[in-house]
Amino acid sequence: MAEAHPVGFQWVIEAKNRGATVIHVDPRFSRTSALAHTHVPVRAGADIAFLGGVVNYILSNEKDFREYVLAYTNASMIVSDDFLDTEDLDGLFSGFDPKTNTYDESSWMYAGHEEHGQAHEESHASRETASAQQHESHGPPLPGDVRRDPTLQHPRCVYQILKRHYGRYTPEVVEQLCGVPVDKFLAVCEAWTSNSGRERTTSLVYSVGWTQHSVGVQYIRTGAIIQLLLGNMGRPGGGVLALRGHASIQGSTDIPTLFNLLPGYLPMPHHAQHVDFQDWIDDIRHPGQKGFWANAEAYAVSLLKAYFGEAATEENQWGYGWLPRLTGDHGTYRQALDMIDGKIKGYFLLGQNPAVGSAHGRAQRLGMANLDWLVVRDLYMIESATFWKNGPEVETGEITPETCRTEVFFMPAASHAEKEGTFTQTQRLLQWREKAVEPPADARSELWFFYHLGKRIRARLASSTLPRDAGIKNLTWEYGEDEPSGEAVLQEINGFDLSTGKPLSTFNEMKPDGSTSGGCWIYTGVFADGVNQAARRKPGSEQSWVAPEWGWAWPANRRTLYNRASADPDGNPWSERKAYVWWDGSAGEWTGHDVPDFEKTKPPSYRPPEGASGVAAISGDDAFIMQGDGKGWLYVPSGLIDGPMPTHYEPAESMIRNPLYGQQANPTRKVYDRDDNPTNPSPPEPHTDVFPYVFGTSRLTEHHTAGGMSRQLAYLSELQPEMFVEVSPELATERGLEHLGWAHVITARAAIEAKVLVTDRMTPLRIEGRIIHQLWLPYHWGAEGLITGDSANDLIGITLDPNVLIQESKVGTCDIQPGRRPTGKALLAYVEEYRRRAGLIPGHHTPIVTTRAPEDADGQQ
Amino acid sequence: MSRRGDRPMVPKAQFRSYYGRPIVRPAPWTHDIAAYLFTGGLAAGSSLLAAGGQLTRRPKLRRAGRVTALGALAASGYFLVADLGRPERFHHMLRVAKPTSPMSMGTWILTAFGAAAGAAAVAEAASLVPSRLVRRVLPPIGAAAGLGAAVVAPALATYTAVLLSDTATPSWHVAYPELPFVFAGSALASGAGIGLIADPAPPTRRMAVLGAALELYGAHRIETTKGLLSEPYATGRAGKLLKAGRTLTAAGVVGAVLGRRSRVVSALSGLSLLTASAMTRFGIYEGGMASARDPKYTVLPQRERLTEPADGQ
Amino acid sequence: MGSNSLYGPLDPAPDAGYTDAPPRMGFFTDTSVCIGCKACEVACKTWNAIPDDGFNLLGQSYDNTGGLTANSWRHVAFIEQPRSDSGAATGVPGAFAGLPTGPSASAQSAVIAATTGADTGTAPGLPPAVDALAAAGTVDPQLFPAAGTGPQFLGMPQTDLPGRTSDAPRTDFRWLMMSNVCKHCTHAACLDVCPTGSLFRTEFGTVVVQEDICNGCGYCVAACPYGVIDRREDDGRAWKCTLCYDRLSDGLMPACAQACPTESIVFGELASLREQAAARVETLQSQGVDSARLYGHSDDDGVGGDGAFFLLLDEPEVYGLPPDPVVTTKDLPDMWKRAGLAALAMAASVAVSFLGRRG
Repeated sequence: MAEAHPVGFQWVIEAKNRGATVIHVDPRFSRTSALAHTHVPVRAGADIAFLGGVVNYILSNEKDFREYVLAYTNASMIVSDDFLDTEDLDGLFSGFDPKTNTYDESSWMYAGHEEHGQAHEESHASRETASAQQHESHGPPLPGDVRRDPTLQHPRCVYQILKRHYGRYTPEVVEQLCGVPVDKFLAVCEAWTSNSGRERTTSLVYSVGWTQHSVGVQYIRTGAIIQLLLGNMGRPGGGVLALRGHASIQGSTDIPTLFNLLPGYLPMPHHAQHVDFQDWIDDIRHPGQKGFWANAEAYAVSLLKAYFGEAATEENQWGYGWLPRLTGDHGTYRQALDMIDGKIKGYFLLGQNPAVGSAHGRAQRLGMANLDWLVVRDLYMIESATFWKNGPEVETGEITPETCRTEVFFMPAASHAEKEGTFTQTQRLLQWREKAVEPPADARSELWFFYHLGKRIRARLASSTLPRDAGIKNLTWEYGEDEPSGEAVLQEINGFDLSTGKPLSTFNEMKPDGSTSGGCWIYTGVFADGVNQAARRKPGSEQSWVAPEWGWAWPANRRTLYNRASADPDGNPWSERKAYVWWDGSAGEWTGHDVPDFEKTKPPSYRPPEGASGVAAISGDDAFIMQGDGKGWLYVPSGLIDGPMPTHYEPAESMIRNPLYGQQANPTRKVYDRDDNPTNPSPPEPHTDVFPYVFGTSRLTEHHTAGGMSRQLAYLSELQPEMFVEVSPELATERGLEHLGWAHVITARAAIEAKVLVTDRMTPLRIEGRIIHQLWLPYHWGAEGLITGDSANDLIGITLDPNVLIQESKVGTCDIQPGRRPTGKALLAYVEEYRRRAGLIPGHHTPIVTTRAPEDADGQQ
Repeated sequence: MSRRGDRPMVPKAQFRSYYGRPIVRPAPWTHDIAAYLFTGGLAAGSSLLAAGGQLTRRPKLRRAGRVTALGALAASGYFLVADLGRPERFHHMLRVAKPTSPMSMGTWILTAFGAAAGAAAVAEAASLVPSRLVRRVLPPIGAAAGLGAAVVAPALATYTAVLLSDTATPSWHVAYPELPFVFAGSALASGAGIGLIADPAPPTRRMAVLGAALELYGAHRIETTKGLLSEPYATGRAGKLLKAGRTLTAAGVVGAVLGRRSRVVSALSGLSLLTASAMTRFGIYEGGMASARDPKYTVLPQRERLTEPADGQ
Repeated sequence: MGSNSLYGPLDPAPDAGYTDAPPRMGFFTDTSVCIGCKACEVACKTWNAIPDDGFNLLGQSYDNTGGLTANSWRHVAFIEQPRSDSGAATGVPGAFAGLPTGPSASAQSAVIAATTGADTGTAPGLPPAVDALAAAGTVDPQLFPAAGTGPQFLGMPQTDLPGRTSDAPRTDFRWLMMSNVCKHCTHAACLDVCPTGSLFRTEFGTVVVQEDICNGCGYCVAACPYGVIDRREDDGRAWKCTLCYDRLSDGLMPACAQACPTESIVFGELASLREQAAARVETLQSQGVDSARLYGHSDDDGVGGDGAFFLLLDEPEVYGLPPDPVVTTKDLPDMWKRAGLAALAMAASVAVSFLGRRG
């Protein structure tokens, strides 16, 4: 966190100064570890084993916050008799179909509701479209009436299932799998549990690298399970805090730059599943289900009114037919491979530098070299704009500048200081930013670019009568002559009452009848009362400690989500020390330091009447109001592709045979099994010794992502001037590496060179009785800029998490050798030779299902 | 510290530093400054020689002294200006007169000395001037100027010691009690050297002996009584230079005393003293620079100071 | 030239002649919360429009600018160090306890970094002192074949901390970071020795170079007991931290302090900073961080106290700071006296030489 989020780290320091204990779990001793009380080196890719061990510690020692768990989680709910655990099936859950490598999830459901589960086909389509991402805020379908056992004794209640599932994740297993000595692991467990409960809370903080695994979603799920068991969710000082990318990655999922989402986490319509408007709406709100998604139609209609204005009418389904449709996987990696295959002809790149910043850099560059045209908007001539003349493939002869077919258009972009707008940071806080200086020369803001691009396209299509052009022709597209006003756009996002023209104050004012508009329902309120709430800058010293008057947080300026959980079921604070929001019985309303995340006047004692649905079905103690059952999910009965509970799988590339299950890696991971995307062998395949080391990549404080904004600046370049690789003294000895000498790192995809830093900050681990060495690389370097170097991402292959299609780029296997890598064609031959030795010859396919046959599994017992 | 065997010995005196980087910064000067130490001293010594010659009516000594002083002065001016980061701003030195800045004081000393020594030297050219008036006026002016220069000369010869000592350079600073004597002696010896070449009269030889004595005594103290901080003067390039300087000084003195019958031996002795003076200056310069480059000379004496109970004060 | 104004406690701005000077301003740099982000370096360069230091991988942990130079007025030092105590009040075993580790590489890496000697423009690393390298340290030649042939040096002592000797496994580790800066001494040698008056004392008690006056004589460089002020190669003038004199004059905070995310760099009135620092040391020590100590905070030290002082977690020299700096001009009156004596001796020698009997 100190490394990649130094500004945010000030709050960790402040907490530390106030007495908080800071524990840092990371394969590498980073600047965060330097400031932490304890650093716990772990093996990259074994996080579920580590956290699963914590879950086991909590459950077997009954350290859970029982009242909280009973009231606010699904611990007491009874799961279907058909459910079988990975403990029973050698690493698979019930319902697995080896043909599609997906699950029929009906057996995961709560007892009596099996028909609600996702079938294979749905699950497959969900993986293709990363639909779990949509569940980020609206949750999969769920029934309201579920059998419970408040004693938590029923063998099929979630609590007991969880306990059995993690029963084998003992401290000894954690030591074997993660390399963390038992006493150190227990010290972490003790610190975490003893600092949680009524009087105290613990927060779990991760940075986006944690998501970049073939089981990334389940990593975070494991953290969430612990935090729910310990009562750390929805309470001050608790939570699972995702440190998202700079500076507005949160904003770019809220108002998404993702292929499968529309603003406010409305799903992008699927051509087959959402034929007409009603299909689409019902798929979001699930009629009869409780929770705030029941109002989805109002949000959707308001969005379409914002898009199409007068043209959106009830008769034409508010213009629903003009929206594009999903047909399958259109994720960024699918696109890169489609470019290689000639299926994509043109591409826009904005604020992204895939030639350096995306996994499998060679595939990215070869894909871009096979386009008809490419538009790059950036501050500088980044590698993704010059790959056709300066990329590594030019040297190897794979790209010839003279014959590269791609026509590249470079559009200079205005930087953040040269345009106004908002950043939405990791706490969902919108902060308005003024323009400080005019952009130089031809540089323009994104807003300007797309507005004027849209104007030109609309002018071209003005006389078109083709139905496919109707959407563009009907867009509301009036933003003045030159630079559109950012505030005007923010107002449009906030939404209006169309009859009065007044800005909406909350999304509760949105109507499904076309009388309101709003570009992103969760942002409604940012322009309440016609005031730019995101521009508020009241100093912390002049307001309460929650600081509600600094910027504006979605939804409804709420700083902590699900904060109903900060009060007990009766609405009283769990403790004075941790009071946050509570029920004021005399006033008959929820009140507190933050905006309560609950209907203001619904008392804790409220119980929904029989047959209620939507908001009315939310009980007075259903703290997790967006969930279909109002509860925090220890167990996910539906909606995740790879299982209801996190299970330790090895990374897609590992030299360790999964000690817990026959199933080696996530069986549902998204693979692109192609010759140009080889995966290093893992057990039970042979030849794993060819790539004997684990490597990870991440950021340095001194550089920004792919370096486009830092390697071009002397003041940043001088601070970390060269690509390097960090190795432990033990690995240095084993491979003959010298401090400041050259080394090269090899995977099945590439070989890259770097200077060696031998440092105590890296350490070997003992895994399953073997010494495992890990090495670490920053990923900031490329061929352009004041300082250049090989790109670490060239080493990484494309294997994705099935839920959200994010790449596994934080762990892989490799070899490292002293000296520089070969150049030119010799480099290709060198990597080819490694592939041959590893058995990655044409026709090789990485096995997905590796469970032992039942008799073998028995033999293991 | 010699090494035996394959591996270096672990010394008892441990010290820590930041990657072996210097703590204090060596003066950003080139050898121009070392050269100036010599030419400044030579100018002072030879102007004293000239004054002596003037007062004791030895015109050869007077003339040689005055002319050498002017030459050395010009060289000094060149070396000083050349070593500035911004030579075109050399006159900024004349904005202030700061007693806390030996360089400021030195500037004024040099200026005063320069005016006097210059006038004295110009007066030597009186006989070449056709104007009778000038021929009559110049010598008295020259005489006054020559005496004036001689009055300033000791300051010119010794302020440079303060200049070096008033720094954080460990081996320069620690040498402050003796360094002025080294420089005074060295200046005398070099002046005497000129005398031995021009006119090896007895006063010249006496001046050589006294100068050499001061120089050798001071240098010996610096090289032996400063503990660890004497080390930079005894080792490396500084050690070689100072050793050579010592040898040449001794040779010069011996030659001056024993070779009084021979013009050649006297002249060679003079040359030897001049070279010795230059070597001593370069040696002192190098020794200080070496002490600044190595953090051990900053850390260890300060550590010692911290661990030992304060005395005196 | 009273000796008191050259040494000992005093308030520098009034001493310099300001009649109603504002309170003395300064920095308290608390290295215990420094995260080594180097924002101070970048903010300083950006505000003051300083050239870069060149692009050189120095291998001094994450320090690639080497030290304070004419082109780096803030510099973040990085020290990788095995340590004996975990320093944590949690009772959790040390970072590497129980892991299959071998000997520490910190010392060996330091040797290599020290002998790299990359010329970084204004040479923060003047070539490392080879004699010292040869004199100190031991390197395991098997672990570091290259180190066996060259000069050897340990960045840190190897006698009293674990993980130093060649066969002890590493058990714990710490990574010290520290943002260094000009100390703005009460008795500033650079200012004292400046012959042009280019360096001056501001009303805030800070020391600033007037770039239109400086003629690059370099005297201040040699006089600074901390090795801070430096002459810029291509420019010829001396440069150092101004404590953002221009910003102070407009009521703003210096750029580095403004940029520091963790308040490791605190700017304020020196008197209150000293109180704050004393309290901070007390807090840290009560939390078990016995190594916390202040540096440059005392009026009674050799420079009369620093305007920019530090909280350190190890001895000053580990960070590249002198353990007991004394302003060189403390001895200046004595120096002049000795020079006067020498001058008299010189004049006397000449007199004796010429007044002796004619031979």
